[in-house]
Amino acid sequence: MKQVFKKPESLKDVQTHFCPGCHHGTIHRLVAEAMDEFGVQQHTIGVASVGCSVFLYGYFDIDVVESPHGRAAAVATGVKRAKPDSFVFTYQGDGDLAAIGTAEIIHAANRGEDITVIFVNNTTYGMTGGQMAPTTLLGQRTSTSPYGRNKSKDGAPIRMAELLSQLEGVAFSARVAVDSPRNLMDAKKQIKKAFRYQVEGKGFSFIEALSACPTNWGMNPLSANARVGAEMCDYFKPGVYKNVENL
Amino acid sequence: MALIRIDELRCKGCGLCTIACPHKLIVLSDKINHQGYTPAHITLQDKCIGCALCAEMCPDVAIVVFK
Ligand SMILES: Cc1ncc(C[n+]2csc(CCOP(=O)(O)OP(=O)(O)O)c2C)c(N)n1
Ligand code: SF4
Ligand code: SF4
Ligand code: SF4
Repeated sequence: MKQVFKKPESLKDVQTHFCPGCHHGTIHRLVAEAMDEFGVQQHTIGVASVGCSVFLYGYFDIDVVESPHGRAAAVATGVKRAKPDSFVFTYQGDGDLAAIGTAEIIHAANRGEDITVIFVNNTTYGMTGGQMAPTTLLGQRTSTSPYGRNKSKDGAPIRMAELLSQLEGVAFSARVAVDSPRNLMDAKKQIKKAFRYQVEGKGFSFIEALSACPTNWGMNPLSANARVGAEMCDYFKPGVYKNVENL
Repeated sequence: MALIRIDELRCKGCGLCTIACPHKLIVLSDKINHQGYTPAHITLQDKCIGCALCAEMCPDVAIVVFK
């Protein structure tokens, strides 16, 4: 018998601190698989953000720089420009990328920095206890929107994959989900495409991964997983929003 | 002929593998592991087709598959 599924080499063999059913673990693994496939582990520099994924350095067997909250795309810009032969990616939550880090992501994308951004959208600030994020769905109750997000007061949820695809500097932008085997297989494909853009020096690539946060949604893992496929995929449609080289 | 191994110490009992299996071969046990979770286990190993969908869905990389 042959082993047909195993832990990717780029991932350390350790227990994560993620809650049961948190998709951060799945997304970590898919990113590590892409790293293995392109053989970039030895020259990858990951740029971690602030949020539940802050322990990136403990889970990936690569070099990692920790950036201040929201600044990962700016830090990655510096890393890539200083070491252009390395593979550089950021891994950021929605509070990090779409709130405090809006300026950094928009300008790094607009400059067309040759980096890959993995953006984990779980419609909330996970680490700090479930506050409203720019991606929180309308009507969603959070600790800072106890009556539900209200469009007239809070605006509508931001669709980052679509928004960034408008910028000239962006070569690839896609949204994926990992809530079902079918969505997950597509997610693998899109993450690999995003990696290819950088490996071939073809510009800025962006992956928005929809993610469950059972803990702050007040749901069990299976209901939280189901919410991703139902409510989240309905508003945040998975798909490829830009693919300039048709990779 | 296929075989899966679930690391019952690493498993967090989220149940995502149970809904991924096309043959519904995985269930959560009623005993508790050292983390305080009820780990998954396979019921009828000989029915497993080695498709690895359970392993793909596991957020904790707690499953390995042989075929
Ligand atoms: C400058 C600064 N402001 C605020 C915080 C507090 N803080 C830590 S994590 C976080 C939000 C993280 O949410 P998100 O990016 O959505 O990631 P998740 O935890 O959901 O994965 C905040 C506001 C901080 N660490 N630094
Ligand atoms: S709080 Fe939410 S995002 Fe953070 S580890 Fe738990 S489930 Fe994941
Ligand atoms: S490998 Fe496929 S058939 Fe076997 S337990 Fe996992 S999901 Fe079920
Ligand atoms: S998906 Fe993984 S962590 Fe969740 S119950 Fe199955 S084996 Fe355990």
